[in-house]
Amino acid sequence: MDATARETAPIARDVIAIRNLSKTYGRADGVVALSDIDCTVADGEFLSIVGPSGCGKSTLLKILAGLLSPTGGEALLNGTPIEGPRKDIGVVFQSAVLFPWRSVLGNVLLPVDVQQLGREKMNQRALDLLALVGLTGFEHRYPWELSGGMQQRVALVRALIHDPAILLMDEPFGALDAMTREAMNVELQRIWMERRKTVVFITHSTSEAVFLADRVMVMTPRPGKIGDMFEVDLPRPRTLDIMTTEKFGVYVRRIRNALNAGGGLE
Amino acid sequence: MIGGPKNFVLRLLLIAVFLAVWEAVVRLFEIPLFILPTPSSVFTALYRGIASSLYVDHVWITLTETLLGFVLGTSLAFVFGTVIALSRPVEYFLYPFVVMFQSMPKVALAPLIIVWFGLGLTSKVVNAALVAFFPLMVNTIVGLRSAEEDKVNLMKSLAASRTQIFWMLQLPNAMPYIFAGLEIAMIFALIGAIVAEFVGAQAGLGMLIQSMNFTMDVAGQFSVLLLLSLLGLLLNGIVTGVRRRVLFWDASQKFDAESAKKEAV
Repeated sequence: MDATARETAPIARDVIAIRNLSKTYGRADGVVALSDIDCTVADGEFLSIVGPSGCGKSTLLKILAGLLSPTGGEALLNGTPIEGPRKDIGVVFQSAVLFPWRSVLGNVLLPVDVQQLGREKMNQRALDLLALVGLTGFEHRYPWELSGGMQQRVALVRALIHDPAILLMDEPFGALDAMTREAMNVELQRIWMERRKTVVFITHSTSEAVFLADRVMVMTPRPGKIGDMFEVDLPRPRTLDIMTTEKFGVYVRRIRNALNAGGGLE
Repeated sequence: MIGGPKNFVLRLLLIAVFLAVWEAVVRLFEIPLFILPTPSSVFTALYRGIASSLYVDHVWITLTETLLGFVLGTSLAFVFGTVIALSRPVEYFLYPFVVMFQSMPKVALAPLIIVWFGLGLTSKVVNAALVAFFPLMVNTIVGLRSAEEDKVNLMKSLAASRTQIFWMLQLPNAMPYIFAGLEIAMIFALIGAIVAEFVGAQAGLGMLIQSMNFTMDVAGQFSVLLLLSLLGLLLNGIVTGVRRRVLFWDASQKFDAESAKKEAV
């Protein structure tokens, strides 16, 4: 399936549906992290969420991952409420979170071991995915032998190995240097176009959000709310050169203004 | 650079000079042998002890006591530490006892242990186990609780069970702590065994030191002390050797693992 076919085809169904979602930490009068979130993510869509620190975007992601339960409303994945960790979700965190006692291949196969999918069956898939991110030959290396960017690629492959319905990414490239980060963005787009996963991608960077996403959701803090939603109508595959175009700049500026209006950039 | 053949020779030379000065001082000032023996008399005593196979039997007995005590003490410590680390209720009710017991000097219990378990092997093993128990238990608890939140979240996000989180994350993650505890426990077990032998025993290096003390055989005592430090070195070497194999991935020792690899090439 190519990008144009997808754009013209009607959106089949929503993979994620979030309704009136709210989250309060502590007691009823505690800190309101999220308030009245309503949003849907279509099958195969790439959604970026931008917002300043403390706007509750990580809380939202943890609820989607089943690591936190909401205090109000609900989040549905393929029609069923998310009520705890599920086997059909892949998560990439800000740091690679690799186990140092496992080799690259061992780390990639962690979900296979946990969900008992059978190493023999999944071994070839792991090697294929590692090849997809350019890590062929590194299967038997250990995490400490890899650069930060390579470690994050291993984390990405690990999140894809059990073929999850959605991929949740919590500022996955935030700890990388600017050049590696741009390279990872190009690579992530390539993998996404090849595999067509539904992605929810959290970031601080407006340009990263625009570069990757079909839609960009702006969140405002205290309490965490959805500000504006932007459709990004830029042709794919996008190259890094697109970041210098007028159209790209307009998107970034509009999102930045929306962040400012929400009191995001104090 | 420190290390290297030139410095190694220098190190041997330093030891030789030290022994020579010691020998000279004792002879020059005519210090009685029962106060400070000459190195030569210590080595003679060591040679005689080993040649007559007297030392071999006693080393064997102390070694057995230490190893059995180490295995018993550390196994119990691992089980207790794991249960305490994983269960808050157990921790709440058990920990006061643990803290109370921990603050007590365990060697002071040796006379009681002898009364309860007799003069034979059992009392030495029990005492060694008792002394070896705490360092490993404390390290097991700390180690099992040291898993980073992100790693726990990763496991949870994969819908891992508690048992899986324990075996795949907490336990391997605790291994550096556990091995640090084992290293201490091994030396503590040796101390525990020797102390119990002091209090009452029919054999062993501790008993040997005491009987030599009665006969004013100071050179003999020095030779046994030398033997004991070699034994301690050997026991420590076993634990660190195993650790290096198991914890090849640990950041705190990765550096010497990598340089060892280069030296091997």
